[in-house]
Amino acid sequence: MIDPARVPPPGLPGLDPRWSRLVQAPDFTGSLRTWHLLDTHADSGLGDPAPSITVICVHGNPTWSYLWRSLLAGAPRSMRVIAVDQLDMGFSERTGVPRRLADRVDDLCALTAELGITGPVVTVAHDWGGPISLGWALRHRDALRGVVLLNTAVHQPAGSPAPSIIRVARCRPLLRLNTSWTDIFVRGTTRMSRSSLSARKMPSAVAEAFAAPYRSAARRRAIGDFVADIPLEQGHPSSAALESIADGIKGLDDTPALLLWGPNDPVFSDRYLADFMERLPHADVHRYERSAHLVIEDAPRLVADLLSWLAGRVEATPQPDESQPDPQSAARAPSSLLDALLVARDVRPGETALAEMSARGAGSRVTWQALGDRVERLAAGLRARGIETGDRVSVLIPPGADLIAVVYACWSIGASVVIADTGLGIGGIRRAIRGARPMHVIGVPAGLVLARTLAIPGQRISSRALARICEEGAARAVALERPDAETEAVVVFTSGATGPAKGVVYRHRQVAATVGLLRAHYRLTESDSLVAAFAPWAVLGPALGITSVIPAMDVTKPRTLTARALSDAVSSVNGTVLWASPAALANVITTQDRLSEPQRRAFASVRLALFAGAPVPRASLVAASSLMPNAQIRTPYGMTEALPVADIELSGMPAPAKTHGVPVGYPVAGVDVEVAVLDASGRPSRVLEATHGVTGEIAVRAAHIRDHYDRLWATNRLASTNPGWHRTGDVGHLDPDGSLWIEGRLAHVIVTPTGVLTPVGPEQRAITLPFVEQAALVGVGPPGITTPVLVVVITPTTRRRTRSHLLDADRTEQLRQTTGVDLAAVLVRRDMPVDIRHNSKIDRSLLAAWAERVLAGAGG
Amino acid sequence: MRVLVTGASGFLGGAVARGLLDAGYDVTVLQRSASGLPCREVRGDITDRQVVDEAVSGIDAVIHLAAKVAVAGDHAEFTRINVAGTSALIEAARAAGARRFVQVSSPSVAHAGSPLVGAGAAPANPMTAHGSYSRTKAESELIALAADAPGFAVVAIRPHLVWGPGDEQLVGRIIARARAGRLFLIDQGIALIDTTVVDNAVSALIASVEHAEEQAVHGRAFVVSNGQPRTVAELLTRMARAAGAPEPARSVPFRMAWLAGFVAERAWRHHPRGEQAGDPPMTTFLAEQLATAHWFDQRETRRVLGWEPTVGLDEGFHRLAAWYDTLRSPVDA
Repeated sequence: MIDPARVPPPGLPGLDPRWSRLVQAPDFTGSLRTWHLLDTHADSGLGDPAPSITVICVHGNPTWSYLWRSLLAGAPRSMRVIAVDQLDMGFSERTGVPRRLADRVDDLCALTAELGITGPVVTVAHDWGGPISLGWALRHRDALRGVVLLNTAVHQPAGSPAPSIIRVARCRPLLRLNTSWTDIFVRGTTRMSRSSLSARKMPSAVAEAFAAPYRSAARRRAIGDFVADIPLEQGHPSSAALESIADGIKGLDDTPALLLWGPNDPVFSDRYLADFMERLPHADVHRYERSAHLVIEDAPRLVADLLSWLAGRVEATPQPDESQPDPQSAARAPSSLLDALLVARDVRPGETALAEMSARGAGSRVTWQALGDRVERLAAGLRARGIETGDRVSVLIPPGADLIAVVYACWSIGASVVIADTGLGIGGIRRAIRGARPMHVIGVPAGLVLARTLAIPGQRISSRALARICEEGAARAVALERPDAETEAVVVFTSGATGPAKGVVYRHRQVAATVGLLRAHYRLTESDSLVAAFAPWAVLGPALGITSVIPAMDVTKPRTLTARALSDAVSSVNGTVLWASPAALANVITTQDRLSEPQRRAFASVRLALFAGAPVPRASLVAASSLMPNAQIRTPYGMTEALPVADIELSGMPAPAKTHGVPVGYPVAGVDVEVAVLDASGRPSRVLEATHGVTGEIAVRAAHIRDHYDRLWATNRLASTNPGWHRTGDVGHLDPDGSLWIEGRLAHVIVTPTGVLTPVGPEQRAITLPFVEQAALVGVGPPGITTPVLVVVITPTTRRRTRSHLLDADRTEQLRQTTGVDLAAVLVRRDMPVDIRHNSKIDRSLLAAWAERVLAGAGG
Repeated sequence: MRVLVTGASGFLGGAVARGLLDAGYDVTVLQRSASGLPCREVRGDITDRQVVDEAVSGIDAVIHLAAKVAVAGDHAEFTRINVAGTSALIEAARAAGARRFVQVSSPSVAHAGSPLVGAGAAPANPMTAHGSYSRTKAESELIALAADAPGFAVVAIRPHLVWGPGDEQLVGRIIARARAGRLFLIDQGIALIDTTVVDNAVSALIASVEHAEEQAVHGRAFVVSNGQPRTVAELLTRMARAAGAPEPARSVPFRMAWLAGFVAERAWRHHPRGEQAGDPPMTTFLAEQLATAHWFDQRETRRVLGWEPTVGLDEGFHRLAAWYDTLRSPVDA
């Protein structure tokens, strides 16, 4: 069918009719064709200043330029955004001529020539628009300033089948049925779209707009042609063109590139992202967790992130680049992470390096000699199994001797360990590990089953095979090597209390700095022994060069630690330093009645007890102090990205009634802390200051902070707004003494018309009332004009038999007085939504949404 | 400035007239019954052109509050007073040379029944507003704003749920029901609503007369409230306490209340005593109002009118309690 180009019908949501243009240009056959395209500068006159950059957007199949509407709407005037409807697609001309990949590249080149676009240009493309835009880019290297790709592919990775959806769609009998005769393909594409925030479906008016140019079978003809043009098999007419593009982009090594990905795409899954990351190793990458194929529709933040990346291309200022090491450390040094282990093996080979308690009492002990030898052999054996420097190894082994041996062996190889603990929940582990794309998985049998169930890629090695691998390694026996200090050491994950878990990457020098800081700040010496009941840090004993013991517990399930198990662990090594999570401490206090007198006395050897990971109730610390009379009780403050940042001793904590937050103490020596002051709309300033008494986002600078977030370009950009600093996402203030106070999470700041409120201070004051067990302050209503609502869990004895979520008027008024906040309402719940890992971080965002729904009343 | 206040026999109208007098304005009032106010008074029906012409003579500004306010009744009567009355008044005021016209409206003119959570002042819509009162007020607001023109500045002010000492419309009915043991909550009274202490409504209306001719003000509608959302349960409880009446204890589900309202409306339509039967005890409109959130974004109103509420809810309830105390202890006792 031949059908002229036209402009879209009016009233499509988000589409400005002033953007639409019809432009004639010769196509690959030389015939004059009419394109429909969107152009932010469609109305610009001759006298207007030339835009400083042009962005050419190419849609895929079966969408149209409508896909880019938010980018056009958000672009500054200095940026010209052109989004084309490919010929035979969208509202461009139906030519009746089938077009292959190479033809479409020719068509696009002819169009941009007709438009007189010279440069600088950035291409942006989605789906099968990807290869076409890259084909264009390779022919316009002089004008090219960047390439941006969203869920696309240029290569079918060897040995893996093509996406089944595409194979089915390609099947001859079904092809026309799916694509042209019916609108299954068109509708299916938008029907899969879900907001990654709310899991809501795409609004029907938007889905209708996507389908608008494809109302008849004749107008859908090219959709089938497009699917048929995917070169799945050898000898396909488009294979050569695609291969040449796939090879060609390896030469774009000096062109900035941005890969924006929705990992839940059943077509262009993570493995295509991995393929691009190999071809464009310098690319900035951001994976929008919980987003799928139409990632620009699913991920609300994508367009803002893309615009800020594009702005960076205009300014041509160097962006903080996660793949490049800090220039200051350009002088390469070998890693020192294994030094303490090697020294201890030489100096005190027969002493205990590690004790692992079992539930039945006495556990197993490993000497420094044995540990050093095992790590050495394991490293050689694992190398023989194909683990190489730079590989990522997912380790699914509970904390203990095996985990420690594997981690140090990987470090010695220069491989990076990916540690996803069960505290993330099964869904969280799946997202975390798949996001990190390890090449190998080493796990206990249950861990390997999990890896298989969760379809985690990579070679799988059972922990039961470790002994054999050691034997294999013994034959090759080489001395332990020390990788470069810039080598990636570990990927750990945030708890996901405020959004999906993020992978946090540390290099060897940063882990080594953490070890050094712990050693210096807590004055750890050889005469100390560490009782490690805190999951992520259970592995650091050998790096510290001190004896460590792991109590009989599931370290990833802190509530399984009993007082007796802890006492047995302490007495087994005469433990002097104890490190546990608040949840573990809670259970120890609950079970301390069952301690025998000698078991109770065993705690006398502890000189320092550290509780970290989440806020610790003061009462728990007091109880810990009476259990461990000789111990200094401290709570370090920090996060997955930097620990410790500050720390405070029990005796230094003021009573909560007087506070405007939770005091976390003075910054540890070597750590700088400043704040990015919040403005009236709750946004942190760009610049940092050390002024006391002002509330802002807390930023940290130290040698031991994380290197970067894994494949989260936009998150890195925000967290690294100030070079060398890590923006923590916590809000708080410094007091006149330089002590740090936490007032909540940046995402939980309540912006009312009269000012900004932070939640922790009022919550602390609320729980001073005897009937309040837990409290969370949230804002309900639209951004900027939220109204404060307190959600409480009240003590069982004061509960009334009512189905209402409302607290009575008297106690509501009492809470207004106590908190000093003009609360719109106080809602009662039986429990709070908390994170899985710490079982204590309240998800205030979830509570706010719940409170808003409840307080909206009928129809809310 | 010479200001005409219509509907001054009502609770808010009387308060506005007194507020203007206190502030030194030259005030005329127009309403059917005697207002008892120390100012020039014209009495009669708002739809009577002769009466209206007399009222507007020599006037600079009008604050138009006269309206038929009820949750049920003959729609034609609502139209006559609220729509035709407003048209007639605007015409007369313009002809008489008035330069400012403040149409006192209601947030319900833009409310289609779904929760309003931090909402702005959306355009009035007679098609989607619920109930005769809201629909005719929506029509009259549109008529008023359409009359905005150079030399005749029109502003629509929508105070939300005005209450205070002497209020028989809102507080009075609530207390009467509470005393009769018929005050109950819908869905536990959990919806957040914003209200307006009468003093704040008065100061907002005076501010709107003052600023009516400014570029950012005329031709627009503004919602006015205390900006202190509270649950229906808390508001009713505190009003009952202020009056020394029993607090609401029972709650019915929204669906049941709505159904009861639906039935009552239809029953009242065929009530043998007609209008004399008063309002039905429940209507679908009332059920919605008592069960869905309505609170508002006040930033634009405050910025543009240069106005802030001065009497908070606590002070409002305190004044209400003091007023009920004086009622309980007559001077001659």
